[in-house]
Amino acid sequence: MSVIVIVLLPVLAALLVCIPLGLRWVMGVTVVSCLADLLLTAQLAWRVVYGHVPHELLEPAWSNWLAVDGLSVLILLFITFVASTAAIYAVGYMTHEALTLRRLRLYCANYNLFIFSMLAIPVLAEPTLVWIVVELTTLCSALLVSFYNTREALEAAWKYVVLSLMGAGLALFGFLVMFAASHAAGGQTYTWAGLVAAAPRMPPVLMQTAFLLILIGLGTKVGLVPMHTWLPDAHSQAPSPVCALLSGIETTSILYVILRLIPIMQAVQGAHAGTWALVLGLISVGTAAFLLLQVRDYKRLFAFSTVEHMGIMLTAVGLGGSAAAYGAMQQIVSHSVTKSFCFFAAGLALLATGTREIAAVRGLIRRVPVAGAALIFGGLSIAGAPPMAVFLSELLILKAGLSQGHYLAVALLAAFIVIAFFGVMAHLNRMVFGTSSNGASDRDDLRTHAGGTSSLPLSSRLALILAAVPVLLFGVYIPRPLHDLLTMAAAALSR
Amino acid sequence: MNDATQQLLQNLNALATGLFLLTAFGIVAVRQANACLNLFIVQSLLLAASAALLGLRYGTSHLYGVALVNLISKPIIVPWLLRKTSPAGIYTRREIDQVLDIPISLTIALALVIAAYFVGAPIANAVSAAYRGPNVPIGIAVLLLGAFTLTVRREALPLLIGLLVMENGAFLTGISIARDLGMLVELAIATDGLIIVFIMGVLVRAVQKQVGTTAVGALASLKETATRPETDEASS
Repeated sequence: MSVIVIVLLPVLAALLVCIPLGLRWVMGVTVVSCLADLLLTAQLAWRVVYGHVPHELLEPAWSNWLAVDGLSVLILLFITFVASTAAIYAVGYMTHEALTLRRLRLYCANYNLFIFSMLAIPVLAEPTLVWIVVELTTLCSALLVSFYNTREALEAAWKYVVLSLMGAGLALFGFLVMFAASHAAGGQTYTWAGLVAAAPRMPPVLMQTAFLLILIGLGTKVGLVPMHTWLPDAHSQAPSPVCALLSGIETTSILYVILRLIPIMQAVQGAHAGTWALVLGLISVGTAAFLLLQVRDYKRLFAFSTVEHMGIMLTAVGLGGSAAAYGAMQQIVSHSVTKSFCFFAAGLALLATGTREIAAVRGLIRRVPVAGAALIFGGLSIAGAPPMAVFLSELLILKAGLSQGHYLAVALLAAFIVIAFFGVMAHLNRMVFGTSSNGASDRDDLRTHAGGTSSLPLSSRLALILAAVPVLLFGVYIPRPLHDLLTMAAAALSR
Repeated sequence: MNDATQQLLQNLNALATGLFLLTAFGIVAVRQANACLNLFIVQSLLLAASAALLGLRYGTSHLYGVALVNLISKPIIVPWLLRKTSPAGIYTRREIDQVLDIPISLTIALALVIAAYFVGAPIANAVSAAYRGPNVPIGIAVLLLGAFTLTVRREALPLLIGLLVMENGAFLTGISIARDLGMLVELAIATDGLIIVFIMGVLVRAVQKQVGTTAVGALASLKETATRPETDEASS
C-alpha cells in the first residue's frame, strides 16, 4: 500500500497548496510532503532490499498495474531525494524573487504534480500506462519551464513540449507494436515482467521495431544526441530548483523506461540492443563534450553536461555485463545528486550576479564566496574529479568496459570525459577565479548588472549543504544498504 | 456473419483508412489554420469509423469504446478546449512563409508514404492474418506525416494538430495490431491528448501576450552562437 501513498502524496500536496493560506503554508506543505515521501521511499527501499518479498508489498489485485523491484526503488529514492532538496532550496530562492503569492501557489502546485508524474514512472508495471505518465512529466513541467514568462522561457517551453511530444508519438507507436509482439508470443499480461517472460517467443522483427521506436522516441526526452536540441534551452530557462529536477532526475527516470527494455531485448534473436545503446551513448557523450567547450551561459553548461552524463549511462548499459550495469546504476545516483547540486550553485550565482553569461561573471569567489565555492565544487564534482561521486562511478564503468574487452569504446569514452572535464572547468574557473580583462575591479564589473544581490537565502544555502553530503560521501564510501540496492537494480538489467 | 458481409466491412475499412491518409495530406498542404483543424476533426471521425468497422468485423466489442472515445474527445472537446485556452487569432492565421512550398511538401509527403509501406511490410508479416490490413502501413504513414507537419509548420495551431495527427496515426495501427489493449489505457491516452491541447493552448496564449505572435515555431532567440539580449531571470 505504501507505494500508492508515495505516488499520491504529491497530488494531495498539490491540492493542499491551493487552499488560500499564505506563503508559509504553500512552501511548508511542499517541503513536508517531499520529505515525507523521501522517508516513506527509504523505508520501502529497505523492505525491498532486505525483505526479499517485493510482491507482498502490494495487493495481488494491483499486480497487473503496479510493481516495484530494485531498479524502480532506486529511481524512486533519488526522485524523492532531489525533490526534497529542491523544495527546501525553493523556499528561499523563489520567495527571493518578489513573486506574488498567486504565482508561488501556481509554482508549488505544478511542482508537486510534476513530482507525482515522475514518481508514477518507476512503479507502474503496464508499459502503455508508463508512456502516459512520461507524457504527463512533459505536460506538468512545461508550465514550470515557461514560469518566468519571458520570450526565451516561452520559446524553450514550446520547443520542449513539441519535441518531447513528437518523440512520445513515435514511442507510443513503439509501445503498441510491443503489445502486438507480446500478444503474438502468447503473453498473458502486458507488464514489464510479463514481457521479459514472453520475450523468447516474440517475433524478433516486432520487438526490434518497438525497441528502436521507443529508444528514439523516449531518447528525445532523455536528451540523446541528435534529439537533444531542446534540452539546453529548457534546462537553462526554468527556475533553478526546477532545473535541478529536470536535469538531475527527470532525464534519468525516462532513461529508466529504456533500461526496462534491455532484459527483454536480450532474449530476442538477432537483436543488438547493446550495440544501439553503445553507439547512441558514445555519440551523445562525444557531441556534448565538444559542445561544452563553446557555451556562453553557465546554466546551459550544466545542461550540456546532462546530455554527456545520459550518454555515459547509456554507454555503460551498452557495454554489457553485471559490472558495467552496476556502474550505470551508480552513475545514475552520482549524477542525480551532483547535477542537482550544480544547479543549486548556479541558481545562487544567478541571484548574486543577475546574469547567466559566463563572460560577464569574473572573480565570483571574492565577491560572493558561498556561490563561488559552490560553483567550483559543483563543477569539479560533475566533471569527475576525485574524490567525488561521479569520479568513482565513471571509474567503475571504464574498468568494467576494459574487463569486457571493449577497448575502443572505453578509449573513446575516457577521451570524451577528459574533454568534457576541461570544457566545464575552463568556463567555471574563469567565472570563479578570473579577473576581468578590461582592468576594472571585479566589484565594479559585477555591479553593472542590475538585480544582483550578495545576501543569499538561508534555506537555499541549507539545501546546498544537504545536497553536498552525498556528493562527497558516495565518492569515498557507498553505504552497505545502498550497495545492496545498486546490486539489485543492476540485476534488473539482465534476465 | 457471412463472407460477403465480412468482405464489405473490410472494404469499408479500407475506404475509411484511405480517406484517413488523404486528410493527413491535406493537413500538410493547407495554409489556413482553421482548415487544418477541420481536417483533423474529419480524420478523427474516420479513425472512429475504422475502429467501429474492425470491432464489427472481428467481434471485438471494446473497439466500439475506442470509437466512442474518439467521437467525443476529438471532434467536440478538442475544439472547445482550444476556444477556452488559446487566443482567438490562431484560427484565422494563414501561413504564407512555410519552410517548404506546397508542391515540395507534398512530394516529400508522398515519399514518406512509400517509405511507410516498406517499413510496415515486415510488421504486418509478423502479426497473424487477422491483425493485418491497411491499418498498419497507413498508420505508419500518418505518423510520419504528422512528424513532417511538425517540422515544416511555424503556426501554433498546425503544430498542435501535427502532434495529434501523430497520435491518430499510432492509434490507427493500434486498433489493428494491438486491439486487445485495455479500455482503461485507451481512456487514459484520450485524456492525455486533451491535456496536450490544454497546456499548449495556455503556452500559445502566453506567447501571444509576451511576443505578439502565434508563429511560435519561428521563435529562435536561444542559440549557442548568436548574441542574444541579456536575460534577467532573477529579477523578472
